[in-house]
Order: sequence, then structure tokens, then C-alpha cells
Amino acid sequence: MVLGTWWRKNWLRVLVHIGAWVPLSWLVIQYLQGSFVVDPVREMTTYTGKTALILLMLSLACTPISTVTGLKQVLRVRRALGVYSLVYVSVHFAIFVGLDYRFDPGLLVEAIFEQRYVIVGFAAGVILLLLGVTSTRGWQRRLRRNWKRLHRLVYVAGILVVAHFLWLSKDPQEPLRYGALLVGLLLLRLPPIRGAISRLRRRLESRLKRNSERGLGVLAPHR
Amino acid sequence: MQEWFFIGGNVVKINPSEITPEHVYLSRRRFLKGVGAVAAASLVVGACGPQESSPVAVPTAEPGLAYPPLPTPSAASDELGAALTTYEAITNYNNYYEFTTSKEGVAKLAQGFRTSPWEVEVGGLVDKPQVFGLEDLLKFEQEERIYRLRCVEAWSMVIPWVGFPLRRLLEEVAPQSGAQYVRFETLYDPEQMPGQGRSSYSWPYLEGLRLDEAMHDLTLLATGIYGKPLPPQNGAPVRLVVPWKYGFKSIKSIVKIELVEEMPVSFWMDAVPQEYGFYANVNPEVSHPRWSQATERRIGESGRIETLLFNGYDEEVAHLYEGMDLRRWY
Repeated sequence: MVLGTWWRKNWLRVLVHIGAWVPLSWLVIQYLQGSFVVDPVREMTTYTGKTALILLMLSLACTPISTVTGLKQVLRVRRALGVYSLVYVSVHFAIFVGLDYRFDPGLLVEAIFEQRYVIVGFAAGVILLLLGVTSTRGWQRRLRRNWKRLHRLVYVAGILVVAHFLWLSKDPQEPLRYGALLVGLLLLRLPPIRGAISRLRRRLESRLKRNSERGLGVLAPHR
Repeated sequence: MQEWFFIGGNVVKINPSEITPEHVYLSRRRFLKGVGAVAAASLVVGACGPQESSPVAVPTAEPGLAYPPLPTPSAASDELGAALTTYEAITNYNNYYEFTTSKEGVAKLAQGFRTSPWEVEVGGLVDKPQVFGLEDLLKFEQEERIYRLRCVEAWSMVIPWVGFPLRRLLEEVAPQSGAQYVRFETLYDPEQMPGQGRSSYSWPYLEGLRLDEAMHDLTLLATGIYGKPLPPQNGAPVRLVVPWKYGFKSIKSIVKIELVEEMPVSFWMDAVPQEYGFYANVNPEVSHPRWSQATERRIGESGRIETLLFNGYDEEVAHLYEGMDLRRWY
């Protein structure tokens, strides 16, 4: 009984915490099995980068999803998704520095600061690191109102990440799809749009409620 | 001795029969280099058996077309000592957007691609336009060429091609004096090449070379790799290989070769003009607008190596670009 209630309240969190480790486990298994045959560095870099991007998008989708559906549960996984995105960004960066450039400082400085797709990716990583470190309740208390202001930088990170993907790709179609998704998610957050959707939802909800009450009323005489 | 080709970046009218001496000289030199490599390799290979870098999958030649015996790799490395990339890697990592933009996905999608019958139409400003069947192309003496292939995406391979210099084919059709460039075209067949039906690019794939580049001895029409017929994912049945230029210049599955007066607009020049020029010579000093070309990842090895000017073929080809600003003519 108790477990059932707990599960109904927390299933999404459990799903996120388990789900977020699946791509990394898969990566490690594939690596150990030697499944990345041709170009392991590129494959692993792309894989971790794309996972980080998807997790960041999911984190950014939490608020809009809650606005549209009214589900409050979704808001409780927003931070975890963001932190997991940072985890994959860190692995992505470690592969870039260690496996791709073999910790060569000269090559790395050139690679990071002379290629615009790397500069924007690097900047996005720095932002996510900052937000990850200050994501705890302690920092939330310490920064007070500034915490929210600081964490709005996640939108900037989202834009930089899409630019990173777009600028490194020879074919722009896939990054542009993520770009469109990001624009959609950001639009849903604009106060006028968000307010309108909330009002529409509440009106629909109350109408549904009235209808079902009327339905019960029809059934009532039979009791 | 090369000055008759062009002066200051302009092609000078040449008579095809005048070209031969340089190439005889060049191929002799390469042959001598090759002999050295074979001698060195036989010392190494002799110790560990001939199965070094033996291919994994054997492509079956199309029924009805008998490939002549193709020369198998005579060395385990290129003239700079870089080891050959494995057959498995070469045939499973392909940029071939006609099938898919996923490099690992091309091999599977390209299986069953019909390469026989196959015809290559050679025409334009020539005295003797001809249509060559694949069997005609295979009649040219097939030789082995171990070349580095440097992709514009900053990865590279070392590939033992089989084929013959494009020059030999061009000599057969007798280019006219007005011909300054060579234009190449890939097969257009969306039914067999799903990528041609889907994306926003303008197909078919087109490429071009200046006539003197096309006549250079290093410029190869390839029909095989590792002593086997070219697999579909690598551009079967016949493709271009221009080892000192980025990989996208080496157009695959050619159906048409035309000699023209004007500089052709290639597929990538048309798709992203601000990023891809006509020449596309490998050059560590000239970055792609979005990424550096200073280093590359050699497939099958870890870490990075420095990219060489003209992909390490500067001795052979630098004279073609004498006096040209390579930043402008990227």
C-alpha cells in the first residue's frame, strides 16, 4: 500500500535516475568489447555529446511539459536531468582532451580557441559546470534571488550547444531539428504564451470535471 | 619541365602528346620507391606471415564480368612508413551521401548496388568521344597505388588502391586545345541510392579538376582496393582518387567524364559555396571556415598526427600551384 503510493509519486524520478546511466553503461560495455571498430574516438565523442544534448533538452522540456499537462511530477526531475547532462558533457570533454588530443596542451589550446564550434561547446560546458555546482539547496539558499537569475543561463547553454552541433556538422539537417525543438521549448516559456496555455488547460480541466460530475448525477438516481 | 602546363594559375593550351615524359619519369620514380618498400616489407612480413592486414570480407565480383587478376598490396605501409588501414575499416567507414550521411551505415545500404553493366561516357571538348564499358576500363593496365586519403573532416586512411592513371583514359579521347577542365558526374539513381531522394542537396554529385591536375600521374581511376574489386560503399565500379586533395574531390561511381572550358561547379561548391572551393587541396595552414585542418586522426590509430601540405605529395604536385594564393584558391 505504502509502496504503491510512493511509486505513484516517484516513478518518474526512478526512471530518470536509472535511465540516465544506461547510455554510459552501454558506452563502457561497447568500449570494453571493442565494438567501436573504425573510429572509436569520433563515435564515443559523438555518442556522449548527443546524449548530453538530449538530456539537456529533456531538462529544458520539463517546465513546458508541466505547463501543458499540469503534471507537477515532471518538475521534480528537471534538476536531475540537468546534472546528468553535465555528467555526459564531462565524459565528452574528457574523451576530447584525453583520447583525441592526448593531453597535448599546444594542440588543445589551438583546438579549443581557434575553432568556433569548439569555443561555443566549451562555453556551454563551462555554464553547465557552473550550474551543476550551484544546483544544491545550499547554493540555492546562499544565492537567494540571484540563484534563479544565474540558472536562467541554461537557455544560453542550450543555444550554444545547438550552435556547437550545427557548426561541427557537414550536414545541417539533424542539428537544425534540435534547434527547432529548442526554439519551440523556449517559446512555450514566454510568459504570455505560458499564461495562455495554463488558462486554457484550467478551463478544459474544469469543464471535464463538470461533465464528469454531471455524468455521476445521471447515474445517481439508480443507486 | 612542367612549365608547359600553366603559368600563373592559368592553363596553357597543351597538346596531349607532349605530356608523357613527365609521367614516365614520375611513375618510374614511384616504381623505384615501391621496389624499396617491397624489399623492406618482405623482410618484415616474412617474419610474421603473409596474412598481415588480410581483408575480412571478400566482395564477390558481379556475375558476367570477369575482373582480371588485380595486383595485391606489395607493401604494408606507404612511402612515409605509415601502415595500411585495414580492409575492414576502409570498407565500413564511408562518406557516401548518396546512400546515407552515416559513415557506418553506407556499407549495408550499398550492398546489392548494380555495377554491371556499367558505362562511362567520356566526351565534351575531345576529338574522339567514347563510351567505355567497365570491361573496357579494366583493359587498361591495372596497377597498385598506396595513397593517403585525407577527409575534409580531419580523419585519414592509407589505402592500397588498384587502378590506372586517368591520363591514359583522357589520352584515348584526345582532348581538344580548348579543354581546360574535367568535369565528373556520379550515377543518379534514387531507387538504388536512397540518399539522393531524400535530402535537399542537388544531385547528381559533381566534381572537377583542372586539366593539368587530371593529367597528373598521381590522379587515379580506381577499380579496386586490396587487390579486390571496389566494393559498392567505396564507389564501385570506378571512382576517382586525387590523393593530394580532400577526399570529397575523389568522386565515386562515375558515369560521365566531360572535358570543358569553364571551371565546373562541384557538388560541395554548390551546396555550401562559402566553405568549399574548387581546389580543395589538403593544406594544414588553410582552415575550413569552421574547423582547423592542422591535425588529423589516422583511422585505426590513437591520438592525432600533423596534416602535411598537399597530404605529403608536395614534391609531386606543388608546381601545379606555383604563384597561386592557396588561401584564396581553397
